[in-house]
Amino acid sequence: MNMTNAAIAEKGVGALDVKISSKGVDVYYADNHAIKNVSLDVLDHTVTAFIGPSGCGKSTFLRCLNRMNDTIDICRVTGDILLDGDDIYAKSVDPVQLRAKVGIVFQKPNPFPKSIYDNVAYGPKIHGLVADKADLDEVVEKSLRRAAIWNEVKDRLDSPGTGLSGGQQQRLCIARAIATAPQVLLMDEPCSALDPIATAQIEELIDELRSNYSVVIVTHSMQQAARVSQKTAFFHLGEVVEYGDTNTLFTNPEDKRTQDYITGRFG
Amino acid sequence: MLSFAVLMIFASSLVFFIAGRAKAVQSVNGAYATLHSRPSYHGMYSSLWALLVGMLLLLVVSVVWSNLNDRVLMGAVLDAAPDISKIDAELVLSDAKSIAQGNIASKTDALRSTLAQQASAIEGQRLWGSVIISILGALFAGLLTNRQIDRDFRARNRSEKLVTGVLMVCAIIAILTTIGIVLSLIFETLRFFNQIEWQWWKFLFGTTWSPLSGVHDGVLDADKVGAAPLFVGTFMITIIAMIVAVPIGLFAAIYLSDFASPRVRLWAKPMLEILAGIPTVVYGFFAAITVAPYIRGFGESIGLSVASESALAAGVVMGIMIIPFISSLSDDVINAVPQSLRDGSYGLGATKAETIRQVVLPAALPGIVSAILLGVSRAVGETMIVVMAAGQGANLTANPLEAVTTVTVQIVMLITGDTEASTAAGPAFTLGFTLFCVTLGLNVIALKVVRKYREQYD
Amino acid sequence: MVSMTKLSGYHSSAASNARLKKRHAAEVRLKAYGIIAIALAGLALLALLWSIVGKATGALTEHYITLPVDLEAAEIDPDNIGKANFGGLTKDVLKEQFPMVTNRKSKKLLYDLVSSGAGFELRQDILDDPSLLGKQIEFDFLASDVADLYFKGTFGRLDGVETSGDLTLIADDKEIEVISSAPDFIAALEVVKAGLLDRARVLRRQAKLQDNGVQEFIRRADRAEDNATKEAALAQVATRETQRDGLLAQADELERRAAAEGGNEKIGRKEPSLLLKIGDGWIKMTEVTPNGGRGEEILPIGDITSVPAGGWLYYVADQPEVSRKVSDNQAVWLETLRDKDAVKKTLNWRFFSSGDSREPELAGLWGAIVGSFWTMLVTFSVAFPIGVLTAIYLEEFAPKTRFTDIIEVNINNLAAVPSIIFGLLGLSVFLGFFGMPRSAPLVGGLVLALMTLPTIIISSRAAIRAVPPSIKNAALGLGASKVQASFHHTLPLAMPGILTGTIIGMAQALGETAPLIMIGMVAFIVDIPGGITDSASVLPVQVFRWADFPERAFEARTALSICVLLVFLVLMNALAVFLRKRFERRW
Repeated sequence: MNMTNAAIAEKGVGALDVKISSKGVDVYYADNHAIKNVSLDVLDHTVTAFIGPSGCGKSTFLRCLNRMNDTIDICRVTGDILLDGDDIYAKSVDPVQLRAKVGIVFQKPNPFPKSIYDNVAYGPKIHGLVADKADLDEVVEKSLRRAAIWNEVKDRLDSPGTGLSGGQQQRLCIARAIATAPQVLLMDEPCSALDPIATAQIEELIDELRSNYSVVIVTHSMQQAARVSQKTAFFHLGEVVEYGDTNTLFTNPEDKRTQDYITGRFG
Repeated sequence: MLSFAVLMIFASSLVFFIAGRAKAVQSVNGAYATLHSRPSYHGMYSSLWALLVGMLLLLVVSVVWSNLNDRVLMGAVLDAAPDISKIDAELVLSDAKSIAQGNIASKTDALRSTLAQQASAIEGQRLWGSVIISILGALFAGLLTNRQIDRDFRARNRSEKLVTGVLMVCAIIAILTTIGIVLSLIFETLRFFNQIEWQWWKFLFGTTWSPLSGVHDGVLDADKVGAAPLFVGTFMITIIAMIVAVPIGLFAAIYLSDFASPRVRLWAKPMLEILAGIPTVVYGFFAAITVAPYIRGFGESIGLSVASESALAAGVVMGIMIIPFISSLSDDVINAVPQSLRDGSYGLGATKAETIRQVVLPAALPGIVSAILLGVSRAVGETMIVVMAAGQGANLTANPLEAVTTVTVQIVMLITGDTEASTAAGPAFTLGFTLFCVTLGLNVIALKVVRKYREQYD
Repeated sequence: MVSMTKLSGYHSSAASNARLKKRHAAEVRLKAYGIIAIALAGLALLALLWSIVGKATGALTEHYITLPVDLEAAEIDPDNIGKANFGGLTKDVLKEQFPMVTNRKSKKLLYDLVSSGAGFELRQDILDDPSLLGKQIEFDFLASDVADLYFKGTFGRLDGVETSGDLTLIADDKEIEVISSAPDFIAALEVVKAGLLDRARVLRRQAKLQDNGVQEFIRRADRAEDNATKEAALAQVATRETQRDGLLAQADELERRAAAEGGNEKIGRKEPSLLLKIGDGWIKMTEVTPNGGRGEEILPIGDITSVPAGGWLYYVADQPEVSRKVSDNQAVWLETLRDKDAVKKTLNWRFFSSGDSREPELAGLWGAIVGSFWTMLVTFSVAFPIGVLTAIYLEEFAPKTRFTDIIEVNINNLAAVPSIIFGLLGLSVFLGFFGMPRSAPLVGGLVLALMTLPTIIISSRAAIRAVPPSIKNAALGLGASKVQASFHHTLPLAMPGILTGTIIGMAQALGETAPLIMIGMVAFIVDIPGGITDSASVLPVQVFRWADFPERAFEARTALSICVLLVFLVLMNALAVFLRKRFERRW
């Protein structure tokens, strides 16, 4: 598996398009300067990992990519973030529409207190993605299949999503995000609340998702970043210290701080 | 007199505190460290006992003695006039007591005067007796405990045990209150049903409510205690109130929790709190003086005839009273819906409205339902607004523009009316018991629902 | 087949944009509902406060009528002042002012201008200073409620109308004919005609109701299954039709009269009064034409037969005599007194310093305020210690047993028991079983204490729970006993929170009415209660009783009592907020 990964990654650098491009992004929480002048490009059909010590701003930056930070009153974002060349912070962009294109999965699984089916159907319904019930059923099934949970839940689509195990809940949340038909999938430490087996399942899933989506994942686990991603950005104190191919970054970091972090001197 | 006794008991308790302290110090010749407990605890132990015994004796003796006196006086009445009816005997007795206290009685005659003399004599005995007994008791308890004090006496542990006991007794008062409520209601309710020969369906479903007009020799007419019109009236006013309060309260809660800027919240919340803090009698005045005439005038201008004590006016004002109740409870449960659910919905590209309608509200539904149930329970039990603004005649109707009466209004009318207390008490307490059961049931269900809901997110 | 990749293109499509507009519109709607809800709640609060404060201002002032009293002429025995007939003296003083009032009915109206308490106040003044006897003094007689309301304009004003003609007066035995050289009375006639139109409208509305009845009974007759029902219905139709037609005819007649030029209209008690003032004399018009009419003398005008233009005025009252408590005669007397500068307006201190009374102008709130004080004293001294001790027990000492559970559930349920039930409890247990005195603050306080107990317990428990266990553990670690740790450390730190909750509970109790009515605190009590076993009233019950009284003047007093009650509540809540702000600690 590692072989194929590397192959795609190598091919990717040259051939893949830039999906999200950020230039000089700064984020402030009231007076606190949380993200400082971050510029990096996220490629299509690639898993990009953000790593770094706690509080380094990686999650904050991730949440800027689909404007989840808008829901926090005191948060202010400057600089440019372009999705397919369009500024997502432009006045004409509706965050609601943006979030349909750039989905997000959170750290803690948060299924709605509804049935499994309704959880997945929620996105397509509110966006009016499908015309009839048959299409909706199909979208739900496809999403659940793609999230690799279909076989576990196909017989109990009507039971509440909150009744699943932690790993299943997280895959349900991924299915829910996929059902909205996004182009980019953001994942905010999706495995930190899960046990090792569930984590492995999710990681496998992430790798498969790459074929259809651009995936950005925040993780505090370097092993995880190394396992699932092709590109990695190392965040430290609100800045991007180093950004490049995952293999290069882990084997041959350019910056001293990166080296200290991946060798476990701090974090 | 009684306050003198209370004062004396406190004084003796203080004396025992000082004496106990001194004795403890003396028992070790001032070498404090060798005492098991600090001197103050020795004093406290003794003084607490004196206080408790004294107060308890004062309460028990004076109450028991008072009941004994009543029995003696009642015996005297029956001796003097053997063929007097029970109700008349009670009347004579209460007159005699009034005369004895120097108040005005409904009637004065020889029997009443002699009784009054007897009453004041035995009342004096009772006062003096209970005061002396309680003070003696306090002194006795104090002395007894004072004798126990010596170097090794575990005064701290003993007095702490006593304190814990007192704490528990305090906690039991809540239960005693409930038992008191239930017993006093049930006692009269049973009497009431006995009088109508256990034709309970006539009470629940009968449509003629005029209990006092059907009284014969102090016995009620089972055909005139049909409380259905009261239940219907209560129900109608409650429905109107909820029609006003639920949408306004709920939308206000939604707005305040998810839309309002901090500045709006800063004045809107206190505003709702003010609405909640206004006494019900004020709402009643508002309903009777302002709202009812307005609704009546408005109705007339569009050609409807509206009763001046219409159910609509009382219901609307009651609804206003319940708005803050619904909104603050709903606000709590809406805020209790975890932010992660909202984030999950926003992350899928839902708007705020979609998030609220399809994620937050369904998640908060149990809490909102229980808020509404508590609101209903409050509306059903509300008294002053309906007493001042709703009608008094039992009128079975479904028209909110007519006057209806409610359970609480009838309780107030029966109790404050001119009829002999023992006759009116039956129907009044039975209505009270019904009201108690309904509100208790609603409350229990609501608390259960909300507890289930809390478990879901804790 | 649905292709997910194709679907993802949808998010940038025009269809998505159009749908988005709708979705945002739904959001705006939801937000608008919220704003409307808040606005409605605010509006209700404003309407409530506005209507109460607006009504209350009427009770802030009272009026006195200053009249000369000849204490020499009056037959008062200096050795027995208390026994003298001061009520009669007051009446004599009034009669002296208006000597032409002779018949019984008018006399009664005249005496009604001054409060029945005025005589007692005069007596008190003389008792305080017997040297007044034998002197000629000016005494301020307290105006009666009706006179007071008139001065405050409750019954509308008398509007003066400019006149331009010379007036000729022709007196016959009973009435006086008035003729002006100009059509001065057209304005008055118009007012009367407007009244006619109003009455016609009312008649038409009644006719409409009758007509509805007619239609309904015609329907019933059609549907009737047997002849008897049908005939009964038809009979109803017939009577209702007659009534309807009668009403319509009356309305037509009134409208015709109103539409006609000039005319000659009678002014009865249902029309706005028309009063003519000539010098010091007053005439009440009973008939009006554009140029004059007929009227009867209320205050003598003397032997005048003609008045030049400008020497006379006439007044149209806002309301007809029948719909106000003050008659035309009384209005004229009061106007005359006002013209003589005999009327004085002062702040109504009496209201805040005296007890209850059946006479609105004498009634005061002080008795109820003191009663509330005693009641709250009992409530506090019972509920606070018991509540706090219970809270300590449940939080710190109670074992986790079924029994403790029962206590907790019990307290929660007690908090939701309707207050009237507590009243029934007080009635049967405190009054019936313990034989405590009726209407006394002692019983009221105990009932309210039981009612407030759950509130105090719940908030005290919250306050105690908010104190971090580390503090108690520190004390325990130093060898303090459990009781010492609780009473020396936890309790003092929780006290601000406990006090805040207690004050809020007391504020609730202060506004509570229903249970107190149950235990007889609704009785009429004039004396200021001197202790917890005296009969007393409390503020909210006083509001309830006065709201029930028919006298118009009680309305303003009720509203003012509410304001006093609200002021106390605001003060208590402010104190609670202050305590919370000042002593609240976040751990």
